[in-house]
Amino acid sequence: MSAISLRDLDIAYGDTRVVEGIDLEIAEGESFGLVGESGSGKSTVLRAITGLATEWTGEISLYGTPRGRTIDKRFAALCQMVFQDPYGSLHPRQTVDATLSEPLAIHGIGDADRRVPKMMEACGLDPRFRFRLPHQLSGGQRQRVAIARALMLKPKLLLLDEPTSALDVSVQAEILNLLKRLRKEQGLTYVLVTHDLAVVSFLCDRLAVMRQGRIVEVADIAALKTRSMKDPYSRELVEKSASRLT
Amino acid sequence: MSTRDWLLTESPASRMQARLGRSYRVMLALLHNPLAVVGALIILTLVVLALFAPWFATHSPYSGQLTERLLPPSAEYWLGTDELGRDIWSRIVYGARITLVIVLLVAAIAAPLGLVIGAISGYFGGWTDRILMGITDIFLSMPKLILALAFVAALGPGIENAVIAIAITSWPAYARIARAETLTFRNAEFIAAIRLQGASAARVILRHILPLCSSSVIIRVTLDMAGIILTAAGLGFLGLGAQPPLPEWGAMISRGRVFILDQWWVATMPGFAIVIVSLGFCFLGDGLRDVLDPKGGGKQ
Amino acid sequence: MSAPLLDVRNLRVRFPTATGPVEVVRGVSFALGRERLGIVGESGSGKSMTGRSILRLIRRPGIVTADRMRFEDSDLLDISEREMRKVRGARISMVMQDPKFSLNPVITVGDQIGEALAVHERLPRRQIRRRVVEMLEAVQIRDPERVFGLYPHEVSGGMGQRIMIAMMLIPEPAILIADEPTSALDVSVQGEILKIIDDLITSKGMGLIFISHDLNLVSAFCDRILVMYRGEVVEECKASELANASHPYTRGLIASVPRLDETREELPVLDRSQWETR
Repeated sequence: MSAISLRDLDIAYGDTRVVEGIDLEIAEGESFGLVGESGSGKSTVLRAITGLATEWTGEISLYGTPRGRTIDKRFAALCQMVFQDPYGSLHPRQTVDATLSEPLAIHGIGDADRRVPKMMEACGLDPRFRFRLPHQLSGGQRQRVAIARALMLKPKLLLLDEPTSALDVSVQAEILNLLKRLRKEQGLTYVLVTHDLAVVSFLCDRLAVMRQGRIVEVADIAALKTRSMKDPYSRELVEKSASRLT
Repeated sequence: MSTRDWLLTESPASRMQARLGRSYRVMLALLHNPLAVVGALIILTLVVLALFAPWFATHSPYSGQLTERLLPPSAEYWLGTDELGRDIWSRIVYGARITLVIVLLVAAIAAPLGLVIGAISGYFGGWTDRILMGITDIFLSMPKLILALAFVAALGPGIENAVIAIAITSWPAYARIARAETLTFRNAEFIAAIRLQGASAARVILRHILPLCSSSVIIRVTLDMAGIILTAAGLGFLGLGAQPPLPEWGAMISRGRVFILDQWWVATMPGFAIVIVSLGFCFLGDGLRDVLDPKGGGKQ
Repeated sequence: MSAPLLDVRNLRVRFPTATGPVEVVRGVSFALGRERLGIVGESGSGKSMTGRSILRLIRRPGIVTADRMRFEDSDLLDISEREMRKVRGARISMVMQDPKFSLNPVITVGDQIGEALAVHERLPRRQIRRRVVEMLEAVQIRDPERVFGLYPHEVSGGMGQRIMIAMMLIPEPAILIADEPTSALDVSVQGEILKIIDDLITSKGMGLIFISHDLNLVSAFCDRILVMYRGEVVEECKASELANASHPYTRGLIASVPRLDETREELPVLDRSQWETR
């Protein structure tokens, strides 16, 4: 059974069709990269899966169950998301403790005093930060809180929308390592949206390239590493990235 | 560790410590603003006078000696006496209670009402927004004093009705503010994150959006208090607010109007009281805005 | 090499804070010739502050000091504000990161670029218009006459950045400071913008200071590189010799960036104890 199954997915924003004809199967336990430039619609696909975007047609299924257009607790316990901007994805007035306790409170899960410090440790957060506000944390620390928050409900599926794009290079490496480790430890399925092909190369097993709302190619990660993508647009993207990297 | 260090520490060890620390920082920031300090002192004086009126008043505010009517300020009657021989200072002190009660009740009714309506309107958008804002606009478009007058005229004069009347005309402004703030945050990623955790709309609004709107509303309410006092005084002036013999400041001005040329103190002393208290609220509100305004850089 | 265009010695920028003064740029020195100099650093390294202090764009309460900041015949820290205004835009220009924020949204493209020219040269309107259209062509904008009348929100990110470049280069300055000019752009557009900058710099014999967080980009584009960390220059080398960098921070940065053909299980993480003194 696939973790995510997308069939003939079309997503619109008002009058414009932003994403067209997406067919995709993502296996359980897989790490899947969705790449493209801005405007390709990759983030929109994530938003449709989560229910944040509701104007879509086609089929979205999670672990065999078709997805509706609402966000209920069952979905929340199954699938969570990490956003791009560590400065915008944490409530500015809530401490780390409050942010991490909130999902537990919503689902009526007790024992926050034990679970919160444990998750902080698992995500590499110093326990001294527990009652700090977001503006007292660095970008990397905020992103760790965002990841910790996403994992509080022990989801099976994690959607990551450009999780390291807004971070410094040196911090990016730490977060990428953390994501890789967590996936191995907890057997998570990842869908990673990014414009950075090198990040995909490090974290993912397979990838799909999107362009102007459509998927132009789906390939194994080996094709990216050996620069043997088939579609001309994919090849162009790889070339442009390669020319900037050592 | 000194108390100050404990409050200002970068890594609080408990929720309580974090919360106290934040309040302490706000207070410290306020203290840096001299006008805000003045405002806070004025309000504090008002509260103290109201709470401990019997200790500060020199005479009874209700009964006077007719032989002592319309006396100018002196050592015995600090601010003079009115047309019934009552000590004006004592009446002002007891009147502070009325002013405080009116202001607090109006704030307690209008602010939460406006906050909730505004937040619901901003969060849901669409028809909910249109209908709620339509209602808000209807109330906003009515001149405050006229509506209050109509209300009081319908229900009869008295403090309670005056309070309700003023509250009804005040809430729309707070609704507008709350809605504007909500619109800024509605599409923020942290709200999306909370929705993704399965939070109901009620929870999102109550626990996550309202706290963000509260700063702006607090500032606006503080600044509005001057206006509320003046409206209450206006109603009192017209005889529609507090009824005699209650020493409401506006009513006192009204009675003293007749004597203004020869015994100016009867009308102007309560007038000074109103002006000073209004100024106090304005200064404090301005100071709070500098400290609490998120766009201004205040991080609380 | 002939005399440098810009000679900076011991530049320091400090800001007062509640806990005492903080130096965000601590003794930066460099010389810029007719070359492409890259300044690389992460957030908090002071690279943007360095760029801004050259143009004296740092206002109180920030304080800028230097032993020397020599440009053409004068020291930029000694001249008056009025004389500095003649330098800004006309002799030294700056292109910033996001044209969404650096272009005035209520003035048309043509008028904005024209203003950059009109501030420094007294020319009849027709001639200004002609120069603006020429400049738009020079930055590879097709149909410059049409773009002249557009507003910033009507153009794409890449075009907005081209417009920014046109605006900054039309007065023909001697030095261009580019602060993350391609960070807000797509990968495919970045290359084009860099090429435009490169062509214009070379054809006019200008000096370029390229500020960025992207070490790879800078090493591919620039001639020389300065690596900054916490306000100090920790490495200075030729771009081609970056692989032989000596400072542990630089080596750490290079190693921690994932590659296109990544094979490592784990990315190396910076060990700051290697060089940090405080």
